Amino acid sequence: MIAALICVFSFVAFLQFFVSYCHAALVSTRHAELSDRVREIAGIAGKTVAPQDFGRLLQFLWLCPGENFHIWQVRAVALYYQFLGVINRLCRVLFPSAAAWADQGRQDCSQFAAVVLDRRIARMQDLLARQARNPI
Amino acid sequence: MLGPLDYFLWITSFLLEAWVVFQVISSRSFARYYPVALYMFSAALVECVHYVCITRFGVSSPQYHFVYFCTGTLLTILLFWVIIQFYQQAFSGLNIRRYIRGGAAILILATALFSCVAVRAHNGRLTQQFAVEFGQDLYFVGVVLTYLLWAVILYFRETRARLVHLVLALGVYFSGTAASYALRNLFPSLHTSFQWALPILGTLLPLAWACTFWKVPEDSRILAYQLAGRTP
Repeated sequence: MIAALICVFSFVAFLQFFVSYCHAALVSTRHAELSDRVREIAGIAGKTVAPQDFGRLLQFLWLCPGENFHIWQVRAVALYYQFLGVINRLCRVLFPSAAAWADQGRQDCSQFAAVVLDRRIARMQDLLARQARNPI
Repeated sequence: MLGPLDYFLWITSFLLEAWVVFQVISSRSFARYYPVALYMFSAALVECVHYVCITRFGVSSPQYHFVYFCTGTLLTILLFWVIIQFYQQAFSGLNIRRYIRGGAAILILATALFSCVAVRAHNGRLTQQFAVEFGQDLYFVGVVLTYLLWAVILYFRETRARLVHLVLALGVYFSGTAASYALRNLFPSLHTSFQWALPILGTLLPLAWACTFWKVPEDSRILAYQLAGRTP
């Protein structure tokens, strides 16, 4: 009985801490300005990135070379995006506010992917420009 | 017999723990976060002790089980000290440092005493079931302490991003470990299914803390609505 209570309480606490940690980690990119270059490449029309853009942004990210550390970060965010997608689907009918909250989280994930893509493209262009200046 | 994944997690944990110590010192945060550095240093030291024990006695020997159990308990008690330090930081605006220190001393002494009594009572017969139940209770105390700390952070609208990240990572670690122990206690037959949970969680804590010290500057701020995932 005690083990079951500890299990339930710990699992709920785990979910709460995990979601808050992900939010805290994504905050740094939430208000970052995206360049016109990444908007054009990823086909982002509006002022903000849509939650559904995440998959497309991820495909662009895999195509663009970058640091290994970011790959792990992006994989962790992709996992969180899928988790929010499940919550969104489950709560759409019964708890619309929870579904909206999950959608906001998915939008943060898309924004994160767009910011990482933007940085990678900028880095690649910088490398190409440097190579063009100093050809071997 | 340990497999490649065991060794991978082991080496990764050791390197990450050493990295956290390096990050704390190199970011000139030692005065503020010395319990974190000491905990991570001790954890790295314990990894080395485990390695010596395994090579000398073997992974299934009672000597290794005893060392694993005792060092794990000591590290958890040390982690309580880290939480107390976070409490002091969260309450730094109020003049209640003395009370926190007093409460912390009682809590750590009581936990250490309870652990000593429990280990003495089961000396020579440290069964798997006892270890699981003891770990479950000990980590659950950690969950409650971290949860209360998180409530304090939200109540006082704490904005220090580094502290928030450290506490949340600790919360994930404690709650995940307690849930894993409780599941093992509830379903002993599923023991093998949960064998990776503890090493993975043990690797994620130093990883999250190292990233925090590396990526989140001390003067970085975070707002309550951002933590809740809402727009202002």
